[in-house]
Amino acid sequence: MTSGRQSGFSMYRPGAEGTAGKTAPDETSEDEPAEPAEEVNTVLGADEKVDLREDEASAKVQAVLDRLDGELVGLTAVKLRIREIAALLTVDRARARFGLSASKPSLHMSFTGAPGTGKTTVALRMAEILHALGYLRVPKVHAVTREDLVGQFIGHTAPKTKEAIAKAAGGVLFIDEAYYLFRPENERDYGQEAIEILLQEMESERGSLVVIFAGYEDRMETFFSANPGLSSRVAHHIEFEDYRKSELVAIAALMLDRDDYKFTPEAEAAFEEYLERRLALPRFANARSVRNALERTRLRQANRLVAAEGAVSRGDLILISEDDVRGSRVFDEAAEPDAEDRVRLS
Amino acid sequence: MLLRHGAFSYLPDLTDEEISAQVRYVLDRNWPVSIEYTDDPHPRNVYWEMWGLPMFDLDEPDGVLSEINECRRTFPNHYVRVLAYDASLGRQTTGLSFLVQRPAEEPGFRLDRTEAQGRVQRYALHPYSTEAVPGSRYTRSDNGSS
Repeated sequence: MTSGRQSGFSMYRPGAEGTAGKTAPDETSEDEPAEPAEEVNTVLGADEKVDLREDEASAKVQAVLDRLDGELVGLTAVKLRIREIAALLTVDRARARFGLSASKPSLHMSFTGAPGTGKTTVALRMAEILHALGYLRVPKVHAVTREDLVGQFIGHTAPKTKEAIAKAAGGVLFIDEAYYLFRPENERDYGQEAIEILLQEMESERGSLVVIFAGYEDRMETFFSANPGLSSRVAHHIEFEDYRKSELVAIAALMLDRDDYKFTPEAEAAFEEYLERRLALPRFANARSVRNALERTRLRQANRLVAAEGAVSRGDLILISEDDVRGSRVFDEAAEPDAEDRVRLS
Repeated sequence: MLLRHGAFSYLPDLTDEEISAQVRYVLDRNWPVSIEYTDDPHPRNVYWEMWGLPMFDLDEPDGVLSEINECRRTFPNHYVRVLAYDASLGRQTTGLSFLVQRPAEEPGFRLDRTEAQGRVQRYALHPYSTEAVPGSRYTRSDNGSS
């Protein structure tokens, strides 16, 4: 309370000069000893014990982690890191209850990995975990790219970056493809200015913001090596690996299940074959490509059902046949390698 | 003399936490927040200078508070107020307006009486601070020791 009074604006009051102890704010804080006294009570003795599992917050964190396990296939390394971070923060909270020194941990992170490996989804869950532990006020992710932070002309960048920071306040600022912020080939690029403002915000003790930088691994590495100040303030570097084929199949099954669709056994085999061929092609975006492929498969299924005429049963609407999968351009040997991405409605 | 201007002006000064609580109330109602400053305390001086543009689409008061602090740094001896506009009526309606900074020393007002036709008395308020040129008013607290 008292520190707040000092940081607040103090007005001139007639007769209050020199008698600071008698000003209204100080009097109220003296009249209400309840708040500081409560804080003193919560510091536990040296021989007391805290069950980390019983903590209400850690129960919430556990629920989020379980959901993460359920909805994200694979990514064992990422899940382990997130569990570690959550455990560290839970322990920090427990330490604070014993009155042990618990400096505000640095929570800024970098997520590196190929597109479609679940970086945004994990950022959402991370926000929920940090919110449950009380490090964020709202479990909210404000996703931005270079366009939202960097301006077009001198003096345009700072307001834009500050606006993005203000919008993300209390939550997570997720900077996708963060390496675009830094363009070494252009000396007068305004990206540097945005980085400096971000750094300022990340450094400030009162900052209620967690910044997550995301992007491809190799380009993020050059980005961080070019901005050593940034790299040292990002405490957690999490790498997202590409999915293996079996994991992609599981992801497809999860997606279909969520949308109430089903592969026939032949279609499943065909889809595995599809993935094999697609993996060999360039610009494969992991889970995102799987989702797009399924979308197209659904289109072909709908087209087939409409063209067939006559009544359709519930099973017809759910089942995706082998032909729906095999209709993809990827199975067309003569097609160009990237035809699949361009011709979505094939 | 304390300028009683806007809401909460008869209360003790709001702390930053209290200001952010008020701003949070405003943001919860989806009112855009703007910050204004002036060094002319006349009650009829309605339109103060704008500090930047009104802030839209915020969820948390941190952004507003950082702008307030920036404005305080730039104009340490000005009046600074926070305004919230309620646009739901289809016109710009002030939903909330309160001071977040005032000069350290406020000299107050003088009542001017002038004779009009037929011994009619006309009254005017004259802020002493406006005797100085704009921008250099309220600087006495800075060199008060000299």
